[in-house]
Amino acid sequence: MTETMHSDDRANAAAVLSVRDLVVEIPTRAGTLRPTDGVSYDIRAGEILGVVGESGAGKSMTGNAVIGLLDPPARIAGGEIRLNGERIDNIPRDRLRRLRGDRIGMIFQDPLTSLNPLLTIGEQLTETILEHLPVSQSEALERAVAALEEVGIPAARARINSYPHEFSGGMRQRVVIALALCAEPDLVIADEPTTALDVSVQAQIIALLKRLCRERGVAVMLVTHDMGVIAEAADRVAVMYAGRLVELGPVREVLTRARHPYTAGLMASTPLASLGHARLKQIPGAMPRLNALPAGCPFHPRCERAGERCRENPPPTLAACEGRAACWFPLTPETEESAA
Amino acid sequence: MTDAPLSPVREARAVKRFKRAWDSDFAYSFRRSPVAVVSFVVVAILILAAVLAPVIAPHDPFDPATLNLMNGFTPPMTENQFTGEVFLLGTDDQGRDVFSTILYGMRISLFVGFSAVLLAMVIGVTLGLVAAYIGGWTETIIMRTADVQLTFPAILVAMLIFGIAKGITPPEFRDQMAIWVLILAIGLSDWVQFARVVRGATLVEKNKEYVQAARLIGRSRGAIMLRHILPNVLNPVLVIATISLALAIIAEATLSFLGVGAPPTKPSLGTLIRIGQEFMFSGEWWILFFPALALLALALSINLLGDWLRDALNPRLR
Amino acid sequence: MTSLISVRGLTRVFDVSKPWLNRVLERLPKSYLTAVSDVSFEVEEKSVYALVGESGSGKSTIGKIVVGLVPPTEGTVEIEGVDLSRETDAAKVDRIRSDVQMIFQDPYASLNPRWRVRDIIAEPVAARGGETAGLAERLLEQVGLSAADASKFPHEFSGGQRQRLCIARALASNPRVIVCDEPTSALDVSVQAQVLNLMSDLRQELGLTYLFISHDLTVVQHMADRIGVLYLGRLVEEAPRDTLFEAPAHPYTQMLFAAAPRMDAFGREVEPPKGEIPDAINPPPGCAFHPRCPLAIERCSVERPEMRTLGETRVACHRAEEAVRRFRAEPATAE
Repeated sequence: MTETMHSDDRANAAAVLSVRDLVVEIPTRAGTLRPTDGVSYDIRAGEILGVVGESGAGKSMTGNAVIGLLDPPARIAGGEIRLNGERIDNIPRDRLRRLRGDRIGMIFQDPLTSLNPLLTIGEQLTETILEHLPVSQSEALERAVAALEEVGIPAARARINSYPHEFSGGMRQRVVIALALCAEPDLVIADEPTTALDVSVQAQIIALLKRLCRERGVAVMLVTHDMGVIAEAADRVAVMYAGRLVELGPVREVLTRARHPYTAGLMASTPLASLGHARLKQIPGAMPRLNALPAGCPFHPRCERAGERCRENPPPTLAACEGRAACWFPLTPETEESAA
Repeated sequence: MTDAPLSPVREARAVKRFKRAWDSDFAYSFRRSPVAVVSFVVVAILILAAVLAPVIAPHDPFDPATLNLMNGFTPPMTENQFTGEVFLLGTDDQGRDVFSTILYGMRISLFVGFSAVLLAMVIGVTLGLVAAYIGGWTETIIMRTADVQLTFPAILVAMLIFGIAKGITPPEFRDQMAIWVLILAIGLSDWVQFARVVRGATLVEKNKEYVQAARLIGRSRGAIMLRHILPNVLNPVLVIATISLALAIIAEATLSFLGVGAPPTKPSLGTLIRIGQEFMFSGEWWILFFPALALLALALSINLLGDWLRDALNPRLR
Repeated sequence: MTSLISVRGLTRVFDVSKPWLNRVLERLPKSYLTAVSDVSFEVEEKSVYALVGESGSGKSTIGKIVVGLVPPTEGTVEIEGVDLSRETDAAKVDRIRSDVQMIFQDPYASLNPRWRVRDIIAEPVAARGGETAGLAERLLEQVGLSAADASKFPHEFSGGQRQRLCIARALASNPRVIVCDEPTSALDVSVQAQVLNLMSDLRQELGLTYLFISHDLTVVQHMADRIGVLYLGRLVEEAPRDTLFEAPAHPYTQMLFAAAPRMDAFGREVEPPKGEIPDAINPPPGCAFHPRCPLAIERCSVERPEMRTLGETRVACHRAEEAVRRFRAEPATAE
């Protein structure tokens, strides 16, 4: 055991979730696909890490790997996942299942599918609390009411006997959040929690997530495709492309001074208020399918900065380039000035 | 003529097409399923044997001239004590070769099955498509009729239709008409399944945007149903058709077993089983056993094939 | 500038009652959903008019009424002076039908999976017995795909490419108007930029008019010349783009702007809007927004506000002047 104690163990101790070189593989008859390839990041207590990427970038797959909910034949093929310093990627299934309820909460895109339509929300909440916390039935009920009040459901005591279908979409997502938090987890994984909601309700849910994260010191992994949501909610952001982490850093840094050409392209192609009717900058082409990844850096066919090196060598790891952008020719403050 | 029937270009194209079909997910899923391969082989052999019955069968059971009553009740693979002839699967009371009667019986069973399913499919798909796409009262009438019919066992409906048809056909045509009446009876009792499945699939498809796009273009209802929706609801129809084929063959056998189906002069598998069960307790087991075995093999392998087809065509399970 | 599309007093009511038998047994009355309620606007030729709203705002229904997929319950839609739902001259109807095309939201559902691209694209012309030789190939190149794609099937294309195919089909009959129903909301950001650019280019080249339906404020702001904001089937505000974004006059528009996530609002702490969109079957009386409105007064819950003109803006609010004043006073909520 002592051999595995690295120098970065102190950093790990502070991190609630620590993912190192995670590789997820899906064996298919055409070959092995890697929807997540060498992903590393930490999330500290009270921090929201935004994981952003376009569809097929592997962002949800990474979240599912962390909570052990990969659909076979997908499997973790390498790397390690630590929760509060303890490895959770190689523990037995039933222990992981307990852990998932006790220490990891989950919020999914569609609130309707994460609630049991046949049980009242009170039953679902007390059941979860009783399973994970050593409390009596009546105390569990009190906690359930408190949890609903905390997520802003009016008249919580009266509504605790309602069924999920009696709530509106936004209220349902609040119930899911209450359910995810009622066992007092250390880590919450929110996979596109606002995508199915209207703008005004989305703002409410983001504000709620931020408040709960701050007040309870929960680490939150916020998976989304929406840069605006990331900008408002996240403290740090991880940008994924074709299964790889291409850029990682504080949200303001990454969104305003992107180092990776993909991040920069993504930001430039978003219609922003200032642009008016001007043409949008566009990244040519589309993300490659996992079964047809180009050699070298997977982004190079779409990249205007790509050189010989990018076509031949895989990009440097994040650790090798000060943890910001996995790119041979990153944008630097100097290149920005020369461009301007 | 430069355009030879098998120019190298065409050949290459055919090879390419075959390779693509062989590489498709559908073919792959077939190759990977031993059950599917085995059932397919069994069904293929049985259908081939039935179609080629006049060639394969050692005797023509419908030709009285070749029959010898002395050959009656010969056990399988045994020398007949009077004539010294040997029959693979034995003979029945009239000295007909059981193997040959099975081949010819299967021919009739399969013909009735295929035709009945085809009839049920045409009726069911048309009504289901119309019900879902037109909606309103049309839908109510069609689907409630279907519901009412479902409350009777299909075999009862078939017997009813059979009885009515028999009543209105003149006696001298009865034996000739029997097969067609069977097809009509089974087909009419089986359309409901197709109608329900097609209606469900059509309700999903008709709200898809490509149908709206076709409406926008100004396509007529008929054109939209036929050219846009129909091709997209055929997958479940194929599955139902396969399973219905097995059911239709069994239904035919049941009707014939009950004596309201194929006449003894043109025996189907069911007729053979009915004839055979008379001798079951007197020791001549083979007269019942082999036709029953053939029916079982046919129905079971078609059913297994249908099960596989359903899984293979269902995108959610893939 | 003349108006190409003229929508007047448009109302659409859907019968959302349970089936007749259930109604009789459970003694339920019929229930109706008013998806669109008394909406009027004009779209000028060669402009982009955007309808923006959240779910249940009726924006898609209006789009379908304009192209003739759904008949209106009340009111009229005139395109080039012809009312599709009342016109009896078949030749006129046919001309308008080929002049108005539509692009749908879901690029996966809007192309028949069993048809080849060539047949899909040429269908609007083929259905009228027109000449289709080479048409699909020409259109494919116009939307940035290759002519060789004509013999492929839709499943061989990515989401963005499929939306290009839909655009090609919409262009086949040389239309003047294209109704775009959330054309990019199923697409990724980088692909969305490609499609929006293509749509802008085509508009310039072909002099098209777009009725652009979206829930995404940034996309609308990028594309539109004039914007109508819908809430619960009612048009609450309508203004030229810059006017609307600089001085929204309806409290709902202001709320929408404040709530939209912004890429430059790092760690923004604002009071999120209150409440949710009410049930459209039983909308609130008076102004539909009054239960959530910070400026609501007694009158708002009784009297439905009429559309009135305020500078360049048309707004349906009793307290619009107050709303504008308040917005100017604390622009922080919208910055």
